[in-house]
Amino acid sequence: MKTQQHIVALVAGLIFGLGLGYSQMIDPERVIGFLDLAGAWDPTLAFVMGGAVAVTVVTFRWVLKRPHPLFNGKFYLPTRQDIDQPLILGAVLFGIGWGIGGYCPGPAITSLVLGQWNPALFVVAMIVGSLTARWWTARQNRPSPAAPDPRG
Amino acid sequence: MQVEWWYGLLGGGLIGLSATLLLACNGRIAGISGMVNGAITFTAAEIWRWLFLIGLLGGGLLYEYGLAPQPTPTYGFTPLTMIVAGFLVGFGTRMGNGCTSGHGVCGLGRLSGRSLAAVISFMVAGFVTVFITRHLLA
Repeated sequence: MKTQQHIVALVAGLIFGLGLGYSQMIDPERVIGFLDLAGAWDPTLAFVMGGAVAVTVVTFRWVLKRPHPLFNGKFYLPTRQDIDQPLILGAVLFGIGWGIGGYCPGPAITSLVLGQWNPALFVVAMIVGSLTARWWTARQNRPSPAAPDPRG
Repeated sequence: MQVEWWYGLLGGGLIGLSATLLLACNGRIAGISGMVNGAITFTAAEIWRWLFLIGLLGGGLLYEYGLAPQPTPTYGFTPLTMIVAGFLVGFGTRMGNGCTSGHGVCGLGRLSGRSLAAVISFMVAGFVTVFITRHLLA
């Protein structure tokens, strides 16, 4: 089943990349054009998001009624339901970066094939940002240094 | 040159198809930020995430150099802009557990309230940011 899973991952990635290409979400000006409500508004992103969600909202309902995925023992789905501060703050920080650079993670990675420095710089900074957030969160959750170490 | 809206719809449909395939066959969510976060742990269990990302690049290559009606334009954003933007996107998507694909395409597809809250938050933040950069600072 691992081999089938690997082939599916590769093919799904390929289709996703084609989708980002055809929709021109790999063009940051198109994304910024959508976010620029006060300028010459570009509705493309609404069609992309609308088109993608129109598919998933129908297919996911059907897929998730099945006892398990075709090539795996179970569905790996997010279980959290709560709307907490890190969710909103994280999404806002992401939205600011998205508005500044015009890239979200998928298009940034796909744009690496264009052979330009911009996406490469973006992707490296994105990975550094992600690791920083992981370190930051771990630090926040660490017990305070004043607390006695239970291990003595 | 304007890419017509049906290309947006076609691209969106392909993205939805990709997410469907990954969930139906592998039981996995096609969230790109999560894909990257898993991949960079470099463990054997994450090979599928690397394969998805390689596929993503393959799809980009196939589009740009095989199928594209015209080359994708590129721009001279300053390197600092890219670094700041990339850092915020990486930090924010890790903190908020997802991006446009994980919360947007997949989360909204699952009718997740948590994802809807995230999507509204990053959309509004994006609108406000572009208003500031393109209209107040320009």
